[in-house]
Amino acid sequence: MARITAGVGSSHVPLLGVAVDQGKTGDDYFGPIFEGYEWTREWEKREKPDVVILVYNDHASAFDANIIPTFAIGTGERFKPADEGWGPRPVPDVIGHPDLAWHLAQSLILDDFDMTIINELDVDHGLTVPLSMMFGQPTEWPCRVVPLAVNVVTYPVPSGNRCWLLGEAIARGVASFPEDLNVQIWGTGGMSHQLQGPRAGLLNREWDNRFMDLLEGDSQEARRIPHIEYLRETGSEGIEMVMWLIMRGALGQATRCLHRHYHIPCSNTAIGHIVLEPAQ
Amino acid sequence: MTALYSDIHAYLAEFEDIPGTRVYTAARARQGYHLNQFAMSLMKPANRASWKADERAYLDGWPLSEEQKQAVLARDYNRLLDLGGNIYFLSKIFSTDGISFAEACSTMTDMTFPEYRQMMLDGGRSPEGNRSIRANRGAAERKS
Repeated sequence: MARITAGVGSSHVPLLGVAVDQGKTGDDYFGPIFEGYEWTREWEKREKPDVVILVYNDHASAFDANIIPTFAIGTGERFKPADEGWGPRPVPDVIGHPDLAWHLAQSLILDDFDMTIINELDVDHGLTVPLSMMFGQPTEWPCRVVPLAVNVVTYPVPSGNRCWLLGEAIARGVASFPEDLNVQIWGTGGMSHQLQGPRAGLLNREWDNRFMDLLEGDSQEARRIPHIEYLRETGSEGIEMVMWLIMRGALGQATRCLHRHYHIPCSNTAIGHIVLEPAQ
Repeated sequence: MTALYSDIHAYLAEFEDIPGTRVYTAARARQGYHLNQFAMSLMKPANRASWKADERAYLDGWPLSEEQKQAVLARDYNRLLDLGGNIYFLSKIFSTDGISFAEACSTMTDMTFPEYRQMMLDGGRSPEGNRSIRANRGAAERKS
């Protein structure tokens, strides 16, 4: 049987992809960020997940303004890095797991989550930057990936509670997949940042760290944080953190924190990540 | 609707209370649809070439309001947000200009790019005094 063994919450700042691709990860600016991920890279080498369910959002790369799926799952064989306007990132294609993805799509729909199913999907920095942060620069990514794209751009975006419930449903879907697979789930995006308007540049260290605190242990509080609180406290783009709640929901009643790291600044953004495992 | 969001009008009204922020609501998505699709078209190299050759002529090929066209030509990003633009779509315009996200962000604030960059290095903009227009007004009234 497939099982979810761990969850990771992580920022997916595009500039980190640039730092990796241009070999700047050790400089004064990026060094402290990449050092924070070192533990996690070593841990991933030991854990060797077969599949990562990677929750992210598209940034006007694969989706234009025409069709706005709230929750979409990528069922293709492979996904190419998107051209975000300056050519695709020089990273390997992302190899999907169509059997698990289609199984999850069916399970989720029967579990009242009406997923959008996507066969052909170019994946942007939202998905490829976390892969670079966790796995470095291999010639092939060391695991399969099921992309799960969430609308966190056009309001209303899904509520934190809905995201948490989707995570729970994903865990049920994984548990009913007959193949023996080590599955991780990653929730990406955030942390506090605002990329628009006169308030651009807002960061909130206290709030971000409190949010990470809420993901540890058995607290249910994070699922009830309203959209307006993310907007006021973490900037207009901090709302991406609802995607971390899909990861948290998938880990069950309680979690144990294995590692966490937080750093300001990275470009316009506060960068953080947390590694959790289910604690039953 | 869930208990948390039992009143859609109250839900949307609160978005207007955040200082210096345009939340990308359905109303803005509707108003800015063609503006955002125009910006998205700049993802294709051939379109970027036509755009660079004659910006006005390229814009005239899209069903935008004159106001939206003027704001694009002026690279007035705050105005574009008001007219339904979303920053991820608008980023295609400033990327084509060769301007980074951070620099484009700085043009929407009251700072120069070096000042904005320094603010980010110093820990970013504080949420203090930036959470609520209503609360700021109340605080100002109490002071005077």
